[in-house]
Amino acid sequence: MINRTHNEKAWLLVLPVVILVAFNAVIPLMTVVNYSFQETFGNNQFFWEGVKWYEQVLNSERFHQALGRQIFFTATILIIEIPLGIAIALCMPKKGIGVSICLVLMALPLLIPWNVVGAMWNIFALPDIGLLGRMINGLGIDYNFTQQPIAAWLTVVLMDVWHWTSLVVLLCYAGLCAIPDAYYQAARIDGANRWQIFRFIQLPKLKRVLIIAVLLRFMDSFMIYTEPFVLTGGGPGNTTTFLSIDLAKIALGQFDLGPAAAMSLIYFIMILLFCWVFYTLMMRDESEQ
Amino acid sequence: MAKITLNNLAHSYVDNPESDEDWALKEMTLEWEDGGAYALLGPSGCGKTTLLNIISGLLKPSTGSILFDQQDVTELTPEQRNIAQVFQFPVVYDTMTVYDNLAFPLKNRNLDQATINQRVSEVAQMLELESVLNKKAAGLTADGKQKISLGRGLVRSDVNVIMFDEPLTVIDPKLKWLLRSKLKELHRRFNFTMIYVTHDQTEALTFADKIVVMEQGKVLQVGTSQELFEQPQHTFVGHFIGSPGMNRIEVTAKDDGFYAGNTRLPINKSSTPYNHAKSLSIGVRPEHVYFSDQGLDVKINKCEDIGRYKLANIQFDDTELKLLASSEQALPESSGRVNFDPKFTHLYVDGWRDNEWAILE
Repeated sequence: MINRTHNEKAWLLVLPVVILVAFNAVIPLMTVVNYSFQETFGNNQFFWEGVKWYEQVLNSERFHQALGRQIFFTATILIIEIPLGIAIALCMPKKGIGVSICLVLMALPLLIPWNVVGAMWNIFALPDIGLLGRMINGLGIDYNFTQQPIAAWLTVVLMDVWHWTSLVVLLCYAGLCAIPDAYYQAARIDGANRWQIFRFIQLPKLKRVLIIAVLLRFMDSFMIYTEPFVLTGGGPGNTTTFLSIDLAKIALGQFDLGPAAAMSLIYFIMILLFCWVFYTLMMRDESEQ
Repeated sequence: MAKITLNNLAHSYVDNPESDEDWALKEMTLEWEDGGAYALLGPSGCGKTTLLNIISGLLKPSTGSILFDQQDVTELTPEQRNIAQVFQFPVVYDTMTVYDNLAFPLKNRNLDQATINQRVSEVAQMLELESVLNKKAAGLTADGKQKISLGRGLVRSDVNVIMFDEPLTVIDPKLKWLLRSKLKELHRRFNFTMIYVTHDQTEALTFADKIVVMEQGKVLQVGTSQELFEQPQHTFVGHFIGSPGMNRIEVTAKDDGFYAGNTRLPINKSSTPYNHAKSLSIGVRPEHVYFSDQGLDVKINKCEDIGRYKLANIQFDDTELKLLASSEQALPESSGRVNFDPKFTHLYVDGWRDNEWAILE
């Protein structure tokens, strides 16, 4: 046995990162906690309000609707992007010149700044001058995402799928490439068909990257702001106002610091909770073994 | 089970092979008898796995054909060839139970449930997997998983050949012995044709009836362990099999015998008609060099006791040799005389053993 020596000086080595995290996460978060219990009318004067803002947010119709839209949006893009990402990754070539071409093509949407993505799709989908908008209208379908809620939704979802499916593809592709050839050879010898190879070899081996993909896509889409903000501005009406857009409206548009802070914290805890539930559910199998 | 014939088989990974080096497998014609236990032995990169994958059908040979019982299977898929293969790393279906893993190849061949049950429980019993049949395969240890891989091969009663690609690499040394003897036992019981790829000579010698020694894509010799030891057909075989390997002495043939430099070797067999050879060498194993009253004068550089044997490094002129003697035997101190056992002294012409020279007396 090796004897452990306790050396408290080791804490010094962690200090830089503790300071860094404190300044960019903990202190701002605590400021928000502070705001969420107080009322201010400017002038840097604050009055204690207790849990009033929390009650107000949790009981507000506006918050419920934004949350509903948010959950529906996140669920929709997960249901589309995860299977689509796996399917594209399965179709990508495993060797040759095609690999680099596919990887570059896949990475392109990820390299574009978020607000540019929003602006691009805004112009692309405009019914009078946009390529997509004019094409759809040319087909005889009445489409105007600035006025029709359904069209706005479809456009936002399509934009997100275009922007982020690549991430799922790249993760899955990396996962697929990590499967040793012997598995495929054994499957061929055992007489497995294409579906069985997917079901019993590829999918189980992809499980870990899929957990990461789902978590990343969940968090990102649950916090989505820039792209829909630039594309639709949350409209028409409030139909594409997701939680963070609503939050920004309250905090910056109406300058209601207290309710905005309370909403931020509720929002934060929700994401944390969802991630925890996802993670535990998906890892449950793993721990059984 | 089947007899396997390789006809003028060769393989290259390059599209238009030109030089000799482009061929991963050089042209070969070989026969593997029905029910035999073969080992494919050779250093890493000698083409063992390529040959194995060609037999199993995972790879299509560039030229030549493969016959199972005189029937051409060159164009058939692994599934159609009805073979089993165990890979270097355990390949199991993680999400399935051990039972489902073993039953998988049978289910895919549409056997009825009763037969599947019976075969699986037989194999599980053989491999001592009964207690974990209902567990998930992912939870097993490396050797447990390797047993499953093995079991998936054995579960089909009608396989033509079972192939092992260095299957014990990831297994504990202690369990290696157990699994290897298990394999031998299975072979004796069921008489499968088995081909076992390895670069470990002990593994090859203990497992196989016949050993195929390969180097640089070429089959150098096929033989029993005794044949490989006593009559290595190529200097490489002599060097690769045995520990330490065979002594190889570059020689020139003169009228009165073989000379290494200016020293005449203690060999009496004829030495004349070798003018056409590019290189001539004498091979003799350390076991067959012995100290005696007369013979070649040598200096003794080093002498080690390696348990049951003593290993001496001896030298004459610039040539170094190894000599093995039993540990009871007293060896001379710094210099002595050695002789070669004529029965086990071989002449190699351009690397290959001269078999006619060997029977001269």
